[in-house]
Amino acid sequence: MDTNLALVLVLAPFLGFLINVFFGKSLGKTVSGFIGTAAVAISFIVTLVLFNQITSTGKGIEVTLFDWIQISNLKINLGFLLDQLSVLWLLFVTGIGSLIHLYSISYMHDDENMHKFFAYLNLFVFFMITLVIGSNLLVLFIGWEGVGLCSYLLIGFWYKNQDYNDAAKKAFIMNRIGDLGLLIGMFIIGSMFSTLDYATLKTAIAGAANLNLPLLSLAALCLFIGACGKSAQIPLYTWLPDAMAGPTPVSALIHAATMVTAGIFMVTRLNFVFDLAVDVQTVIAVIGAITSLVAATIGLVQNDIKKVLAYSTVSQLGLMFLALGFGAYEVAVFHVITHAFFKACLFLGSGSVIHGLHGEQDMRNMGGLRKAMPITFWTMLISSLAISGVPFFSGFFSKDEILLTAFHHSIPLYVVGSVASIMTAFYMFRLMFLTFFKEFRGTEEQKHHLHESGALITFPLMILALLATFGGLISLPGNSWLNEYLAPLFTKVAGEEHHLGTTEYTLMGVAVLGGLLGILIAYIKYFKQDNVPEADENITGLTKVLYNKYYVDEAYEAIFVRPVNALSRFFRDYIETGLSAVVFGLGKAANELAFQGKKLQTGSIGLYLFAFVLGLCAIVSYIFLAQ
Amino acid sequence: MNVSLILIILLVGAFITYFAGDKLASKVALFFSLAALGCSVVLLNHFNTGENISLINAWINQPKISFALNADGLALAMLLLTTALTPVIIFSSFGNEYKNAKAFYALILFMAFAMTGTFLAADGLLYYIFWELALVPIYFIALIWGNGDAEERRKAVVKFFIYTLAGSLFMLTAFIYLYQKAGSFLIEDLYKVQLSACEQLWIFLAFFLAYAIKIPIIPFHTWQANVYQKAPTVGTMLLSGIMLKMGLYSVIRWQLPIAPLAAKEYMNIFIALGIAGVIYGSIVALRQKDLKKLLAYSSLAHVGLIAAGSYTLTLDGFRGAVLQMIAHGFVVVGLFYAAEIIYRRFETRDIAALGGIRAQSPKFTSMFLILVLASVALPTTFNFIGEFTVLYSLSQINIWFAVLGGTTIILGAYYMLKMFQNVMLGETNSKTFADVSINEGISLAAIIAVLIFFGFYPKPITDLITPSLETILNVINKN
Repeated sequence: MDTNLALVLVLAPFLGFLINVFFGKSLGKTVSGFIGTAAVAISFIVTLVLFNQITSTGKGIEVTLFDWIQISNLKINLGFLLDQLSVLWLLFVTGIGSLIHLYSISYMHDDENMHKFFAYLNLFVFFMITLVIGSNLLVLFIGWEGVGLCSYLLIGFWYKNQDYNDAAKKAFIMNRIGDLGLLIGMFIIGSMFSTLDYATLKTAIAGAANLNLPLLSLAALCLFIGACGKSAQIPLYTWLPDAMAGPTPVSALIHAATMVTAGIFMVTRLNFVFDLAVDVQTVIAVIGAITSLVAATIGLVQNDIKKVLAYSTVSQLGLMFLALGFGAYEVAVFHVITHAFFKACLFLGSGSVIHGLHGEQDMRNMGGLRKAMPITFWTMLISSLAISGVPFFSGFFSKDEILLTAFHHSIPLYVVGSVASIMTAFYMFRLMFLTFFKEFRGTEEQKHHLHESGALITFPLMILALLATFGGLISLPGNSWLNEYLAPLFTKVAGEEHHLGTTEYTLMGVAVLGGLLGILIAYIKYFKQDNVPEADENITGLTKVLYNKYYVDEAYEAIFVRPVNALSRFFRDYIETGLSAVVFGLGKAANELAFQGKKLQTGSIGLYLFAFVLGLCAIVSYIFLAQ
Repeated sequence: MNVSLILIILLVGAFITYFAGDKLASKVALFFSLAALGCSVVLLNHFNTGENISLINAWINQPKISFALNADGLALAMLLLTTALTPVIIFSSFGNEYKNAKAFYALILFMAFAMTGTFLAADGLLYYIFWELALVPIYFIALIWGNGDAEERRKAVVKFFIYTLAGSLFMLTAFIYLYQKAGSFLIEDLYKVQLSACEQLWIFLAFFLAYAIKIPIIPFHTWQANVYQKAPTVGTMLLSGIMLKMGLYSVIRWQLPIAPLAAKEYMNIFIALGIAGVIYGSIVALRQKDLKKLLAYSSLAHVGLIAAGSYTLTLDGFRGAVLQMIAHGFVVVGLFYAAEIIYRRFETRDIAALGGIRAQSPKFTSMFLILVLASVALPTTFNFIGEFTVLYSLSQINIWFAVLGGTTIILGAYYMLKMFQNVMLGETNSKTFADVSINEGISLAAIIAVLIFFGFYPKPITDLITPSLETILNVINKN
């Protein structure tokens, strides 16, 4: 029964993928879209059943299908682990996934390759589910690389545009840098404990005497490099903003709500490893904090509506890692969930705007959309309030917990996180004011066609806005359902839980004021003073540096890409031809030797006789001298 | 029933193909290659029931040479690789017209015969004869049916022939030396010969020269890219899919167990050489202008990793290497076939001149992409199993070997996706590109099916090869 449930869960989206690949075109767009949606919805329903089962029994389910890879001291099964963590993750992966599939039916309806879009989207959900429910690191790795592939396919969905293809390729390659880290981490863990299976590993670590802690830390660090790739942390974050080249539903599902949280999932899954690697935890916290700040500063000045959201995603992921670095896994998970709600909503909302403006993404050409697109406006407003940490929207609770945790461990990192949060509130409302208020700045043609999107688009928006509003209820301060639900996963006692004292209330107040301050500045600048960001060529000074993302892409290009390519040309043009010449030279030398030798054979008997006598003399004198 | 049956089918097939005439040659050759495949599956079943399908016959008395064929799991795996790929390769040529087709197809079967013999031979001299015999057909195939400027082609092919032949002569010398010591060429006698460390080193190096050129391992690879480019695609497939595995297989079968002390002493150097090939090949592949040359360098990178795995002298290294040999055999044949399909339509392999094919050929694009992904070892493809196992074995020797060898994951993705983008994506090409024909589709689909099936379920192959690899490992560790 459990095995069947698990198989339905995984295989439903895969079946959707197959149907859409092979029959999608003949089924027609709408049917293909609904099949894709239904496939994910089935997984969602199965997840609800599993969730119900887990909350009532409190026990996870383990399913082993068969032996997959045999390595002398490792035996790797293809198996699934459906416990509190994976089922929780599945809830929002398949839940939000279903909504976004539904949304895409309308959003992608004008695309000639719509069936392919749904095929890839289904394939993504299949791999994401595999990633989440794998019972060992290598099954996770199937999903890990699989979602990377789908991300590649979907970023480059409009493959006629080579810029998009570049973005897709970049995403895949940068992720692979992280993947190498993940592999090496697995190798170390495998050789230390002879297992990659989570449950066995946990017992092995708990029972191990004389753990080689430095080696385990190295493994943790390598795994974290993997997380940096998938979850877009410094230094491997630059692919995510470029990934916005994909259709907007992809940005919402893959590059905001689900795939990019895989790194946080993996660290949480292996909490018992990271708990022992204290130095690595510090690294994680610092990287997370810096990433959240750096991305937020870039987000301040972006004019592409999706770019703002993309950097906001990087920044929010940074906050989650900040929490992970302090071992506050449940806090990070909490923010993953609320972020999935409001960020999916924001992306889908921006998609609705882009759809309404026929592809316009530059906020300088928007404005005043509030009246024409009321549902989009209100849902995005709710989500912006949530991400800005305005009480009592979902983001308020989760972000507050992160900052609170940071405050208890490290004041500097707390400050960094808080500044990033203030900036978040600012750029989100900059986005809101520029997009929805004042006068419309686009063309007359666009103005004429302004309209609210259809029900398939607004319905998911409303659901997500609802979740963005009330999502915080799952983990109220002092009375957290989430912490209790996740407790079996973690070794430590939940003593970390903060009682609500004066400090906590003060911090909360500071955070709220910070958020309101950000909103206020945005209000003054973009509503009161009615500023519109400068045209690209007029951007100067610090803004230009931020607008160009600190020139990190250019730096990577100069430090890595160009030297490798130059080396490749050098090898091709010089080393290859040089080696060839050496081999050829050897042949030539042999030839030459033979040619010279041939000269000796002149046919002159006299010469032969002379050589003969000379040789004889040499031998005789040698024998004579030797005696 | 024993394995000589396969050799007979292939050899007789070659003759009959030749006498069948140009019109029928391709079909007759396909028939015999399929018969050989069927026969190897039957033999595999016999083997699995525990039946002895090996063979030892006295052949020449002085010097004592036997006609000995040893079919253990390892040899059978290579046998299956050869007999499974041969029909695919023959079938893939069906879209082309060849002058003097009877000779062309007869040579393909003859080459399959010689390669099969190399994998099965359990007598040093017999093995050497098969080894050299395999060179003859590919020489003619590349020379006569190759493409590009005839004079340049002749130079490249002759260079290849002499170079590999010269390397093999060192191996022959080693065998003769070993015969002096053992009084026999039989592999089990050679395994037992007691050699000093110094003697082992010379034997080891002599074998190495032969194999390093054949595989090829850098810096002995200079013949490869040119020959791959100039040979007809069928020839390139035979070379890269099967023939270079002769070298890798021989490392495990002959070189390491005969000279184990030298192997243990110097293994780090040879692992490093293999890994250097991974990085070097990947970097050179990045800037290739010709599609076939790019694939040749990608092949150089992959076999470097396989060689590194073999030189770890561990079960995992051996197992990963053999799995990867098979996986690479299939994927590389598929990729060269894709290049051929493009060439048939656009008559060029210049990457810069291609592009914009995807919009016109969804089926071909999907299949080509799957092959590209298999080549970069995406999990659930067979290549992942091999690469993961090899990298794991390297990590057990020294974690840095795994890190450096693992760069193939990044660099491989870089040059393959770059190639895919330039060849397939972008604005629709002005020339029309017909999607795959039924014949083309069948060949590619068969290859993909193998790669994905064993990506999920490699157990049958692992179970087949493990006992024989353990035996070889015991021989290595005994001294």
